[in-house]
Amino acid sequence: MADARVIPIGGGQDGSRPRRDGALSRDGQERSEGSRSEGQRDSGPAEVERHEVDGAPARLDERVADWLDFLRRRFTGEYEVDDFGFDPEFTDRVIMAPMRPLYDRWFRVETRGIENVPSEGGALLVANHSGTIALDAIMTQLALHDHHPARRRLRMLGANLVFQTPFLGEMARKSGHTLACNPDAERLLSRGEIVGVWPEGFKGIGKPYSDRYKLQRFGRGGFVATALRTRTPIIPCSIVGAEEIYPILGNAKVLARLFNLPYFPVTPTFPLLGPLGLIPLPSKWIIEFGEPILTEHYPEGAADDPMLVFNITDQVRETIQQTLYRALVQRTSVFR
Amino acid sequence: MARVVLVTGVSRHLGSRMARILSEDPGVARVVGVDVVPPRSDIGGAEFVRADIRNPTIAKVIAASGVDTVVHMGVISTPVQAGGRVSMKEINVLGSMQLLAACQKSDAISRLIVKSTSSVYGAGPKDPAMFTEDTEPRSQPRSGWAKDSVEVESYVRGFARRRTDVAVTTLRFANVIGPRVDTPMAAYFALPVVPTVLGHDARLQFVHEDDALETIRLAVLGDHPGTYNVAGDGILMLSQALRLAGKPVLPVPTGMVGFVGGWFRRAGLADFSPEQIKFLTYGRGLDTTRLRDLFGFVPSYSSHDAFVEFVRACEVDHALPKHRVEAIERGLAHAIGSATLSEARLAERLRQEAPSRG
Repeated sequence: MADARVIPIGGGQDGSRPRRDGALSRDGQERSEGSRSEGQRDSGPAEVERHEVDGAPARLDERVADWLDFLRRRFTGEYEVDDFGFDPEFTDRVIMAPMRPLYDRWFRVETRGIENVPSEGGALLVANHSGTIALDAIMTQLALHDHHPARRRLRMLGANLVFQTPFLGEMARKSGHTLACNPDAERLLSRGEIVGVWPEGFKGIGKPYSDRYKLQRFGRGGFVATALRTRTPIIPCSIVGAEEIYPILGNAKVLARLFNLPYFPVTPTFPLLGPLGLIPLPSKWIIEFGEPILTEHYPEGAADDPMLVFNITDQVRETIQQTLYRALVQRTSVFR
Repeated sequence: MARVVLVTGVSRHLGSRMARILSEDPGVARVVGVDVVPPRSDIGGAEFVRADIRNPTIAKVIAASGVDTVVHMGVISTPVQAGGRVSMKEINVLGSMQLLAACQKSDAISRLIVKSTSSVYGAGPKDPAMFTEDTEPRSQPRSGWAKDSVEVESYVRGFARRRTDVAVTTLRFANVIGPRVDTPMAAYFALPVVPTVLGHDARLQFVHEDDALETIRLAVLGDHPGTYNVAGDGILMLSQALRLAGKPVLPVPTGMVGFVGGWFRRAGLADFSPEQIKFLTYGRGLDTTRLRDLFGFVPSYSSHDAFVEFVRACEVDHALPKHRVEAIERGLAHAIGSATLSEARLAERLRQEAPSRG
């Protein structure tokens, strides 16, 4: 579909105020290189005030025209998805954009060590999981997309429950995530994507507040075997702040069974205040990307050595746990 | 040596086209088409033999005409075509068994090509994004066409074990579409209002019928034993396909899907088997690396192009054609006051589209 993509979408690269001096963002530069002759040939209305400000158009009417363009293509079906059903434009406009204020203003996420994430090629990002609903995953996705110099996309691996649930499954597929299984992880990694795993799963995300920042069991090390097979680096990622957004005081097991959920959280505000209880507490977040654990130097067939796999799993887990403790000591308050 | 080919299911659209294509091919000496009813369309230089593959007479046909290649396209996909599920199962499973039994008795046979379907993989939330030929299905199909195909494939594997001298090619096709292909999927997209599963958007792949027939033709002429996935490049989301076809959509909540599907089935509008509903909920992707690298065939239509071609050829009623959407976009832009910009964009778009047009 050779449809004109006029203005690259997506938010600020560094979250700063848009530059209005006409300085082109990276996307803008690339585009102007390619379409220079075209631009020179035509100095008509097509060149009206095309300020590229960190990928987002500055003027209101530009933005409106952009949205109309987007909606038209939605209505005519003129867009592309990849083999996994990833729809980058939909993700940016409908999923990421509403989350950005939450990232910038509500949680005031601070990223550390983002240079540890390679600018190209595959990598397996392993993080701790918490916060009752998977906001930590979405915030990590935003961090990599908005703040990494190569604006990398995070492709996450989720439980089958995610893909079975109406709407959630659909949204997860459209934002490029897929089922946590070896074939999919290997397929993504060998295509050079950044793959995100949260090996604690429901045990991590639904743990009581009293267990905060205590890493749960790290699965069976399947993610390590996958990294070894595809010879991609493992990047331990520690997320501080997500534990406090919805402190789980109790688990209503009967309700959980009724709704077929792995847990039914009872927080200070939910279900007491109803929908108001869905507002997360404004904790201060730190997302720290650790130094990559390289897997290239291991011999062929290393993935079939369970002892090695267990050792690397422990190493990743320990790295994340120690980083969490260090960040917690530095943090003066939950909310500042 | 020019081949003598037997084609089953020759009275239906794909079968008769296949027979015609093969009869015109210099590499094929003789084509014998069998089915229970005479073909409605021209099968070219192929001979039609009225024979039921459920019946041992098929062995006589094979022996008498000196067939060395069998193309099995006789597995049917909807009960409507067979006059009920019972006879559909009989044609599909017992017919295939009988045919394979006849093949096993024949010494002349050296090649067997089976047109199977990717629905043997089932569809569910536990599936990997892409199925390779070796992926074990995680949700085995339990009914209908898909289950019949699983059984047919298992008999074919049994045959391949017993007759190691015969090169057996099993082709698992994604949804074959084309102007005249009669499958549950084509019927689905022809509905005036298309029901979908609320909160799910299936990933779909299509093969254009020309590509499907070309794959079978190559399998007849060359030596390609094994199982191959056949699908056009890329993925089309169900919602996207319905937009491209300009169809009004009726999203149905998961709990009501069975009921609504049953209603559509009783009204004779479309066949919503449980397998079909699962497929429309979760979709399925096929990895076609083996087809490209080992078989050496690249489909000429991508999934998207095959579908667009199908929509164009079927002249599906467009509820919201592209020019109306563009008019609405312009109208809105005027109303909001970013008109000059939208006009400029449109001009730019037309200019960019221009080179591809001419």
